[in-house]
Amino acid sequence: MRILVLLIALATVGIIAPFSGPFIILLLAHVLVLGIVAMSVDLLLGYTGLPSLGQAAYLGVGAYLTAILATRFGFGLGWDFWIVVALGMAAGALTAAFFGLFAIRASGVYFLMITLALGMCVWGLAYRWNSLTGGDNGINMRGRPKLGALSFSDDVTFFYVVLGFFIASFFALHVLVNSPFGRSLVGIRERELRMRILGYNTWLHKYIAFVIAGAFGGLAGVLWAHLNGIVSPSDLLLPASVDVLLMVVLGGPGTLVGGLIGASVVVLLREYLATVVPWWQYVLGAVYVLTILYLPSGIMGLFKGGRA
Amino acid sequence: MNRKVLTILGALALSTGVDAQELKIGFLAPMTGIFAQIGKDMENGFQMYIDEQKGSFAGAKVTFIVEDEEGKPPVGVRKAEKLARQDHVHLMVGGLLASTGYAIAPVSNRVKTVYVLSIAAADDLTQRDLQQYPYIVRTSWTSSQPHHPLGKWACENGFKRVVTVGADYAFGHEVVGGFQKAFEDCGGQVVQKIWPPLGTKDFGPYIPTIKRDADAIFTVMVGPMALQFPKQVQEAGIKTPLIGGGTSYDEFVLPSMGDEVLGHVSALQYSAALDTPRNREFVRKYREKYGKVPSYYSESNYTTAQMIHEVMKQTKGSWPGPEKFIQMITRLKLDTPRGPVRFDDMRNPVQNIYIKKVEKKKMHGYDKDELWNTVIKTYPEVSQFWTYKKEEFLKQPVYSRDFPPCKFCN
Repeated sequence: MRILVLLIALATVGIIAPFSGPFIILLLAHVLVLGIVAMSVDLLLGYTGLPSLGQAAYLGVGAYLTAILATRFGFGLGWDFWIVVALGMAAGALTAAFFGLFAIRASGVYFLMITLALGMCVWGLAYRWNSLTGGDNGINMRGRPKLGALSFSDDVTFFYVVLGFFIASFFALHVLVNSPFGRSLVGIRERELRMRILGYNTWLHKYIAFVIAGAFGGLAGVLWAHLNGIVSPSDLLLPASVDVLLMVVLGGPGTLVGGLIGASVVVLLREYLATVVPWWQYVLGAVYVLTILYLPSGIMGLFKGGRA
Repeated sequence: MNRKVLTILGALALSTGVDAQELKIGFLAPMTGIFAQIGKDMENGFQMYIDEQKGSFAGAKVTFIVEDEEGKPPVGVRKAEKLARQDHVHLMVGGLLASTGYAIAPVSNRVKTVYVLSIAAADDLTQRDLQQYPYIVRTSWTSSQPHHPLGKWACENGFKRVVTVGADYAFGHEVVGGFQKAFEDCGGQVVQKIWPPLGTKDFGPYIPTIKRDADAIFTVMVGPMALQFPKQVQEAGIKTPLIGGGTSYDEFVLPSMGDEVLGHVSALQYSAALDTPRNREFVRKYREKYGKVPSYYSESNYTTAQMIHEVMKQTKGSWPGPEKFIQMITRLKLDTPRGPVRFDDMRNPVQNIYIKKVEKKKMHGYDKDELWNTVIKTYPEVSQFWTYKKEEFLKQPVYSRDFPPCKFCN
């Protein structure tokens, strides 16, 4: 039922998008890319109970990989774009696999701190490794890929590409969280000790979830690089990770869809309201506070009586 | 802020309309974050000129749309896209950080809109990258432009061994690079280069590593960093003289500084203490209106507005189109608060560079003792290539953390 509503909503957006104006369509693509990252955080926070504060790191890894391949080697600007997508996901997953070795030992606030620190390590690399990452300047992309007759430089086309990736990611994650593996994650979230006594290797389950989330972060990074035309260390800073976490909390953890809703609210408030009034930050702040006070299970909580 | 709302409504209403008698200027400056106050200085300078002209450039009504770029390159890109795509501005002006300049330049190509770099000093945009970007013009300075003369000045005034401490990003690299190049070409030696990140608040970890046998410390600080460093150096008991890149002592930070900076020398294309009638009048008016001495951020944007006005005068108020505009603005020769300005063939200003010393005194008829950047030497008509041959200069790579290499380190 929920999926049907989502599909109708996405289809509506998909139909309206081309007529929304050249700036709004960029914002919509923005929402969808951040929506993918938010869903990956939701897999950790909402389903596994792991609040990750370093998700921007995987986005960054994917984005820098895309930018470096494209500007140094001219790779990924044609049909090999699909290889870059695979590589971006692999890079995100590998980074997460490495970081997971340190992070998964901890839980709760300690997990928060460790992921924060690891995320900032990636920022540090991006900021300081001038020869590879361009340091603070970041990397300017020279253009989006062109797959045969399909040119991504057209914003409408690129929007549909992003929409496609979003839908694919959503279904992949939807299947995942409803699988026995996904249910075991929820079990860990609710009471890890009981799951362990039942014979589950909870460390491994959490680790796998962490790696999968990293892969989707990497995927979003690939799209992010092409969407903005620039990859910069400031995309990897703590506020970027905090934003994504807030999007999930705002939309409703443990729902997947919540991530998209949160991303829409945050991006549209920030980017659109900011162009109209200078006090948009108060509005965003008020939305956060009100959500936490009155909607502990996020905006999705309006439609449902609690967590999934 | 109603003006903004109306502008947006207007833009939506005539989404294709480019009214001949309207000039839409999109302005990018940080309005939040650690650079917010600098952004305010930038906006004030530009706004003051528009107000002086009563909102009309040669008959074209000026619509001035300010966007907050937060001092972050990706945000700058997004806002530039917004200005061009949604507001359909004729030109974009601003961008604070050099890295933001490098990021917005490609946008000007994508949206085929003029981008006037009124602050962002990223060297390469008017050097090796110029050919890629037909829609940009710079009205301010390249990072290294004032620091070639400063390097020469330092070497001629008895400094032999210098340690550099520069903010670790494009601007810092280019300022240090320009200084080092001219300084070493004249016989000086840079013996150590330290790179704290942009926005560093505590220099505790860096100060003890500074070599004590140096004759001077050359700093490149931006915004709030500039206040902290001289204080901490003094507290650490280091007596080595400080000299600085233009932004280490510009009039944005100067009023908040204490006596610890007396005698420090820096270089820039503008000083509020310039004793010319044009500048005296500018300082007086600006101070009356905004209650503070104008910084180069204000002067540069004021002058930029003046340049745009001059172009519009020639076209009698109709927008000449991006290509023509670039052509016309680079042919201007103007008298501005900073002195005479013309452009070189790479769309960068040729202008006076002032070597300045911080002094406490009365100036421009104000009756209080204040800190002023007294001009102690003027290098007239300095181009971005200094005394070097353009072709040879362009053959070397852009100044970076590793170029020029630190031959005398260790």
